[in-house]
Amino acid sequence: MSAQNRPLSPHLQVWRPQMTMVISFGHRATGVALAAGTLLLVYWLAAAATGAEAYETASGLIGSWFGRLCLFGWTLALFFHVCNGVRHLFWDVGMGYELPDADRSGWAVLAGTAILTLVTWIAGYGFMGAY
Amino acid sequence: MVQFNLPKNSRVTEGKTHEAPDGAIKLRNIKVYRWNPDDEDNPRVDTYQVDLDTCGPMVLDALIKIKDEIDPTLTFRRSCREGVCGSCAMNIDGNNTLACTKFIDDVKGDIKIYPLPHMAVVKDLVPDMTQAYAQYTSIEPWLKTTTPAPERERLQSQDDRAKLDGLWECILCFSCSTSCPSYWWNGERFLGPAILLQTYRWISDSRDEAAGERLDALEDPFRMFRCHTIMNCTQTCPKSLNPAKAIGELKKLLVSRTV
Repeated sequence: MSAQNRPLSPHLQVWRPQMTMVISFGHRATGVALAAGTLLLVYWLAAAATGAEAYETASGLIGSWFGRLCLFGWTLALFFHVCNGVRHLFWDVGMGYELPDADRSGWAVLAGTAILTLVTWIAGYGFMGAY
Repeated sequence: MVQFNLPKNSRVTEGKTHEAPDGAIKLRNIKVYRWNPDDEDNPRVDTYQVDLDTCGPMVLDALIKIKDEIDPTLTFRRSCREGVCGSCAMNIDGNNTLACTKFIDDVKGDIKIYPLPHMAVVKDLVPDMTQAYAQYTSIEPWLKTTTPAPERERLQSQDDRAKLDGLWECILCFSCSTSCPSYWWNGERFLGPAILLQTYRWISDSRDEAAGERLDALEDPFRMFRCHTIMNCTQTCPKSLNPAKAIGELKKLLVSRTV
């Protein structure tokens, strides 16, 4: 027998996820997604700087149904990250560490994300004159 | 390092089923992680059918019954059986807790029991705690003073004593540290919630005179700041303490002394 062969006990495989944990994972995931989304923004700006033709192509791409789906995901990730970021600011000043508070603020993040995303898209289509 | 999958030698396989003797009525399946260092096999999960009519109310009672009556090779740590020693910390029904204070009736369906997560397994439910204890040593968990010792003991007001409530109760079972994904991925550099709560316990002690150097030791990208307030520690603590809050207070102390 040697200590080298000792197995690693199961972790994620057996853990029963709680809401606070899932939101924390979501914060990391949306952070990564936002970094990727920023590349899209840079592409759009670079196209605008390049000229009318490149801008047309970029607008067509981003305006397609797939482009809009990506944009929707991006706004969702953005608002989730912002709302949970505010939750972190409260923690940073020492507030909201009791479990019922942490659960409530987690639900508030989810609700805030849904509301802000929907409002943004309804307003966005409104500016475009869709209704 | 983040590794979501278990290494090859750690993947869990289906084990044996030990059926209950005839005549037992109130049966419960108890599924227990097994690994024997004396053979080459991967870990497995054995199922024991336990007659709850002849078993005590706690998960630890069931484990002891299994060891006494069904399978003497089952290996686990236990001592006080009343939640003050921290020996029987393990993963029960998906969260870490003490087997001795966890009611069997609080678990629905089969009771799944694993060792504390993301630890090297010595045997069955016994994890290797060497690193966790070494980290505890590293924070020098004793009263440190520079002023000359008074003739009698160092006194403390009732208000100052009250500042230790919620901290002194920690029994170092490491349920919290082994619940923490940051500790899973960076356990060799991140101290983990149990040790950080202990650090805060000494910093909060009005008789301790080493708060500055204790904070110095945390000024590092990993030792404390790998805590991302995931809150698993507070969710899982079998003593209902709040390590996440203690770490939050430590972060505040560290920041407020530099601004």
